[in-house]
Amino acid sequence: MATTRLRPRSPDIQIYRPQLTSVLSILHRITGVLLSVGSVLLVAWLVAVADGGDAYAMADRWLHSWVGMLLLLGWIFALFYHLCNGIRHLAWDLDFGFELGSIYRSGWTVVAVSVILTLLTWTLGLAGGE
Amino acid sequence: MSEWHRRDPLNRNPASARASALYRAIGLGSAKSGAHHWWLQRMTAVALVPLLLWLVVSLLAHARGGHQAVALWLGRPAVAVTMAVLLVALFWHMKLGLRVIVEDYVHADRVKFAALAAVDLVCVALMAIGVFTSLYLAFR
Repeated sequence: MATTRLRPRSPDIQIYRPQLTSVLSILHRITGVLLSVGSVLLVAWLVAVADGGDAYAMADRWLHSWVGMLLLLGWIFALFYHLCNGIRHLAWDLDFGFELGSIYRSGWTVVAVSVILTLLTWTLGLAGGE
Repeated sequence: MSEWHRRDPLNRNPASARASALYRAIGLGSAKSGAHHWWLQRMTAVALVPLLLWLVVSLLAHARGGHQAVALWLGRPAVAVTMAVLLVALFWHMKLGLRVIVEDYVHADRVKFAALAAVDLVCVALMAIGVFTSLYLAFR
């Protein structure tokens, strides 16, 4: 019996044309991993607060460097995207909006809302930040 | 046995194979707890929606005030307890999510075992550090 022949595998992402659905799906995972890294920072920040003014000042300086600002912006977007798309997933779990039309509509809504919330948070955070 | 052969005359699914398939499946599949992690992932997600919005709004309100304002905010018992609850939900959600990602992409046995162990240990360690630090800030 020739059972050792390699079977075709699916989905083969090299030949898959990116679609909104697949891109948002993998973005949910990527933002999840980014937020995992960010959560380490949240704990480190809490420890810095507990440690006192010097440790906090150091954390604050690092967060205000351009690397820190860039990471913060990325984490804020990752947070809002993962949150909005998570609510989309929860709706699907309850069997709401699982038709192709509404999947695309909710997908674009998630993108728009997470970008708006990111810009809003960024603006509010910078206003009076310094 | 004869009962079985009447339904499966060619004996394509002999009793021995059935027994070993069951044996192989025990402990790996849904032994009445297959949806447990799935359910917990959803419940922690639901909890995190209001908790994370609270965190973002609170940080916007208090982080600009420097160490003194932040320490004062985190020093309130209600804030410390909410933060502790947030951290438990967050790191449990993270543990379950990262586990699924490892299970999907890492297939080499030893690497997979090491990665899953690392995910569990790191998440629980971060949860413990975060929770104790939050409570320390309010109840020291």
